[in-house]
Amino acid sequence: MGPRVALFVTCIVDQLFPRVGLAMADVLERIGCEVDFPEAQTCCGQPAFNSGYRAEARDVARHFLSVFEQAEYIVVPSGSCTSMISHHYAELFRKEPEWLDRARAVGSRVVEFSTFLTEVVKVEDVGARLDAVVTYHDSCHALRELSVKSGPRRLLGRVRGLTLKEMDRAEECCGFGGTFSVKFAETSGGMVRTKVDSILRTGAEIVVSIDSSCLMQLQGALARANAPVRTMHLAEVLASR
Amino acid sequence: MSKAATTEPSKFRQTLEDANLQLAVYTATGRLMEKRREAVAADVLPEYQELRTQAHEIKKHTLDNLDYYLELFEEHVTAHGGKVVYCKDGSEVADFVLRLAKERGARLIVKSKSMTTEEIDLNERLAHHQLESVETDLGEYILQLAHQRPYHIVAPALHLTRYDVANIFTEKLGVENETVIEKQTMIARGVLRQKFLQADIGISGANFLVADSGAVVIVENEGNARLTTSAPRIHIAVAGMEKMIARAQDLPVFLKLLGRSATGQPLTVYTSFLSGPRREGEVDGPEEFYVVLLDNGRTRLLADREKRQSLYCIRCGACLNHCPVYRKVGGHNYPWVYSGPIGAVITPQYMGVGKDPWLPFASSLCGACYEVCPVKINIPKLLLDLRSEVTKFKAKERGGWAERMVFRLWAWVMRHPRIYEMMGSMAAAFFPEGEKPGWLRSVPSFMNIGPLKGWLSQRDLPRPASKSFRQHWRSRRKGGR
Repeated sequence: MGPRVALFVTCIVDQLFPRVGLAMADVLERIGCEVDFPEAQTCCGQPAFNSGYRAEARDVARHFLSVFEQAEYIVVPSGSCTSMISHHYAELFRKEPEWLDRARAVGSRVVEFSTFLTEVVKVEDVGARLDAVVTYHDSCHALRELSVKSGPRRLLGRVRGLTLKEMDRAEECCGFGGTFSVKFAETSGGMVRTKVDSILRTGAEIVVSIDSSCLMQLQGALARANAPVRTMHLAEVLASR
Repeated sequence: MSKAATTEPSKFRQTLEDANLQLAVYTATGRLMEKRREAVAADVLPEYQELRTQAHEIKKHTLDNLDYYLELFEEHVTAHGGKVVYCKDGSEVADFVLRLAKERGARLIVKSKSMTTEEIDLNERLAHHQLESVETDLGEYILQLAHQRPYHIVAPALHLTRYDVANIFTEKLGVENETVIEKQTMIARGVLRQKFLQADIGISGANFLVADSGAVVIVENEGNARLTTSAPRIHIAVAGMEKMIARAQDLPVFLKLLGRSATGQPLTVYTSFLSGPRREGEVDGPEEFYVVLLDNGRTRLLADREKRQSLYCIRCGACLNHCPVYRKVGGHNYPWVYSGPIGAVITPQYMGVGKDPWLPFASSLCGACYEVCPVKINIPKLLLDLRSEVTKFKAKERGGWAERMVFRLWAWVMRHPRIYEMMGSMAAAFFPEGEKPGWLRSVPSFMNIGPLKGWLSQRDLPRPASKSFRQHWRSRRKGGR
């Protein structure tokens, strides 16, 4: 029997892309984990934190900590939300030692989904099959705050029928950036169109990432450009068979 | 847009829609990125990460003890026969230069590249008193002719093509239209050589001030800084006081990082160590040597322990080249001479967060700046801190209440899972079905406001799922899976 994991599916996946959460649960169950979904979960608080509303972010963070305090592992289909909890909660609770301790304790058990597979349970072949040419988008917070780079690619490498074609700008930001995408819509739009060009140059049919927020930005721009490319979260790729 | 807005200034659009400019900036910064990547690659510079840590620590130590090192520096400069002048702001610098020029009967100044003098508009201040000062760095010279501000900390004319330069030269110098870069360089050289020979004063910046030797260190590629600091009989180096490093033996750390981070060069073509005027028996060098140490708000930054690290910057420009926002909006849309991520961090600190409150928000927080910063300034963290200061400032000024109410309400909903779920279901029922399953190209006009309008102006919108994950999960558990 694998470890017991609590899913934190993130508010974006819960409300907009539930299939990503279901795929993640499928994969984790397939490799023998006991999967739990604490129903009181909502959001990690990042939107408020990134917009400069620390008190509001702290309120939501306290709620998150209370919900997940008992969990052994908290697995998250997002690098950005994982980093918010494992890195930025410390800044939020800098002046509240008691909450800081709780944030650190929970933060050390929060793991981004691909990292959970490659570094915790150390499974790279989950028995997936997807006949497609895909390209991989490095999401910024996973790449630069969590150093997630080769893990997702190794997982993709074990998917039968799948060919990975790297794009020339894999590490460049898609331009989402949370509220940045609407506060600075035109700049954000310019950024994602540069990224879309890079994706199209690969000839891939699918863009894969480990963050649904980047994929929302990319899919939204691909759709607007009527480009014949779709997006898939890594969990959805790994759940395919 | 209200003055207190934290959203995109409308002037961005002109840059974003200028295809030629976009290509020029994207290509030039892309080339610099590529060169840097090669220059710091593990097989050429295995100690790169170690050097970054060292550089950060050295700057931290020096600035934590800046009062001591300023005195030490002054002692050494004085011992070498030079003079240190402390200036509070730009007008004090201008007053000093004007007074000196008057006393010495100086009429012409040559200048080498210095962001610090750009920061205080020194040329304009001197011109106001009929004292001519000529930029001698090629890029800066072009910009001075065109009456433009630097577009980039290291490559000031990065946005101009050779055709732009040809037009500027024809218009301002009356020469024939010349589009070959080498020939353009010769035209500038022809003008500038004469200026070097005639100038009474040379004004330079400084890349580093070395406390334990009193040296001013200048790196450059064109040789114009050498001429500026040695041909005229008076040399004035104008430097922000944060340029200090404690010991000469620490210099290699910075010299290895600066050229590589800026242009991908292991070392720049020239590295000059200047300490004091010409001594007896020496054949060249200035007769008088001054180091102007500029505060201009730096002591205020120094007082803040958290944000002090923004003073560690060695002005390599790598954060600009790697910033996807800078690469889109360019250097002239930033409110001050310092553009890009480092500009977004230091400008609000110098000018106050209320002046251009949108500035710290003009970032996707991708972290590319921090990744390439040779002195490891945690720019994304500083931007987040500044965002928090902006919202606090606005609350104090009784502005931005609508956004604040939205976040308060949002936070309350997020602490009440049942209400959160209910709101989600309502939103899902509210949104129309799109042509493509799950994605909307537009929404009814009464909904096309605020964030939705912003999103839809650039891309399609995902329709809220008709069943949320938690609802799926419940039926899955009931189904016995």
